[in-house]
Amino acid sequence: MNRFDIVGHRKIWYTFSSLIIIAGLICMFTKGFNLGIDFTGGTLINLEFENTVDINDIRSAMNDYGLGNSQIQMSGNASSDTKAQNVMIRTKDLSQTERQEVMTDLQNKLGDYKVLREEKVGATIGKDLIMNAVWATLISWLLIIAYISYRFEFKFGLAAVLALVHDTLVVLSVFSLTQKEIDSSFIAAILTIVGYSVTDTIVIFDRIRENLKLHFKRGGDIEELANRSIYQTLTRSIYTVTTVLVTAVALYVFGGDTTKDFAFALIVGFAFGSYSSIFTATPLWVTFREYGEKRRAKRKIVANPVK
Amino acid sequence: MKRESFVKLAVVVICVVVAFIAFIKPLAYSIRQGLDLQGGTHVVLEGVDTPQAKVNDDAMNRVVKIMENRVNAMGLTEPVIQREGQNRIIVELPGVKDPDKAIDVLGKTAMLEFKDEDGNVGLTGTDLKDAREETDQQGQNLVSLEFSDEGAKKFADLTAENVGRTIAIVLDGNVLTAPNVKEPITGGKAVITGNRSIEEAHNLALLLRSGALPVKVQVVETRTVGPTLGQDSKDKSEFAFAIGVGAVILFMLVFYRVSGFVADISLMAYVLILLFLLKMLDATLTLPGIAGIILSVGMAVDANVLIFEHFKEEMRFGKTIRASMNAGFKRAFVTILDSHLTTIIASVVLFFFGTGPIKGFAITLGLGAVLSLFTATTMTQYQMKWLIGADIVHNHRLFGASLFSEKAVK
Repeated sequence: MNRFDIVGHRKIWYTFSSLIIIAGLICMFTKGFNLGIDFTGGTLINLEFENTVDINDIRSAMNDYGLGNSQIQMSGNASSDTKAQNVMIRTKDLSQTERQEVMTDLQNKLGDYKVLREEKVGATIGKDLIMNAVWATLISWLLIIAYISYRFEFKFGLAAVLALVHDTLVVLSVFSLTQKEIDSSFIAAILTIVGYSVTDTIVIFDRIRENLKLHFKRGGDIEELANRSIYQTLTRSIYTVTTVLVTAVALYVFGGDTTKDFAFALIVGFAFGSYSSIFTATPLWVTFREYGEKRRAKRKIVANPVK
Repeated sequence: MKRESFVKLAVVVICVVVAFIAFIKPLAYSIRQGLDLQGGTHVVLEGVDTPQAKVNDDAMNRVVKIMENRVNAMGLTEPVIQREGQNRIIVELPGVKDPDKAIDVLGKTAMLEFKDEDGNVGLTGTDLKDAREETDQQGQNLVSLEFSDEGAKKFADLTAENVGRTIAIVLDGNVLTAPNVKEPITGGKAVITGNRSIEEAHNLALLLRSGALPVKVQVVETRTVGPTLGQDSKDKSEFAFAIGVGAVILFMLVFYRVSGFVADISLMAYVLILLFLLKMLDATLTLPGIAGIILSVGMAVDANVLIFEHFKEEMRFGKTIRASMNAGFKRAFVTILDSHLTTIIASVVLFFFGTGPIKGFAITLGLGAVLSLFTATTMTQYQMKWLIGADIVHNHRLFGASLFSEKAVK
């Protein structure tokens, strides 16, 4: 049966990933990220309407100015009310004219109001929290390498962690390239993606390990074995990624405006987490293994020169 | 045998389905939700000038830090603490039981002084290293203080100079207690007695630990506010989540037919137990926590998929259904164990090193992974055993077909 040689074409996958990540890195250093008010701070507007208003109407009015994902909190009797007179809106910093337009528009659409407060507000996520997240993540990666090295071997651990670094970089690249907004939930999205990526990779590696033990003849074709392992787990890979993607897509399509970017990060992350197990982690393992074998062969030749 | 297996299977299926339908909603809503999902109390604090201390940018930034300490010491999950304008700070607290008491703690300056009888200040709250509430053998509630090295020296000097006289421990100008000094105290430790309740001692210790505010602040506004994600977004996302879960259940049925049905029962039980555990732990659910749940449900689905894929593969080798199932479970278990243990290790690291949202994520993911390991290996396995024992499915294709028909590899 002729199957597409995935591992044999690994240069294509490496190039594809590199192109996305290089483009992303260039964009990150030139344009940076579109950080939300959690990171940058913004403007708080507290309005007291004459009549009760619905949060959906406020959101749709804000949406006309591209401010649909602003933080809008109703202050009613019960915190689950969608209708109230007192509304607190936090937006990114607006210019004088922009703010004037939005405020007039709110008045036209929703009736008269009194401005209770209108002030600049600071960031809610400090550098401490981000550095803490970075450190915690790095330590968890080291332990993942350690565990996989113990259960498999070091080459598997390294390949798995490189694949999840790849996925993290791809998601960061996509967010920099599309300039989608990054808010506090992005941290959780990245952690979710990392968790998914490593689980997905381990399933294929486990199959490779099993095949190595049961079917591998000395001097056999390692690329063939890696391909076979990928195809043996392919049904599972497709079923699993389908189920997680469906949840994330449902959240993106049917979910609210403030969770859209979170769902988008999950969609990109799940897709690439699945892609990287097959097209990055497994080929990387083959590359490491072949490199190791070449070095061993070289050493052998040096030690026992052919006479 | 056949009959017994069938009855066991039927009982489990009915119990899980009924429990799921009856309890899923009340259970999900009874778990405490964070500020982003539920809203809470919005407090505005304002720094005011006093002759001793003027409000400036640096002072307000220090107040923010101390507020963070105080709110964290209250054990609240992911509060919002934010500068507003020049001299205000917004503190948003998720579902506090007694908001007035919390607000009271926030607004206290907490300036601690140790004074001799002439009113000279010997040392202040900045000389403290730690403060903890305690109950002594007589049942008295007290706050035990531990001084820094420098503080211990100052305290030793102060007590040495005042043997036979009293020292007043003063908080925000009010004398808390004024014990008589019998001998110099050199150990760097002291206690504040006279607290009416352990809760009062706890709040005092909390205030002393978090340090005194550099300027006087007053509460200018408190009110109830809705979720920071927006009630509209929350309603929509809840609906979206239900659709997502529904689709996963449907997919499993389409992919694996009878086995998929078994997996769906396991998944329902899994979700119920996970929510129940979160409730028992009194966890506060936030969006990062839900991300952890989404991932852990994905892992639970994956565990079932792995079992069924191995199962089908063993059947293709020409084994009997029973033998295929046993071998399939055995082989899948190794993979499930490795992927779950990796996740559990990562969650433990994130829980102990992470703060705020990272901790919230780690709790649900770690708990979910441990539980998934259990439900996939026991719930699914027993149900499959009974299903096969009951001998009601004769067409092997009802256990699910493969996307890629694989020839048996020997």
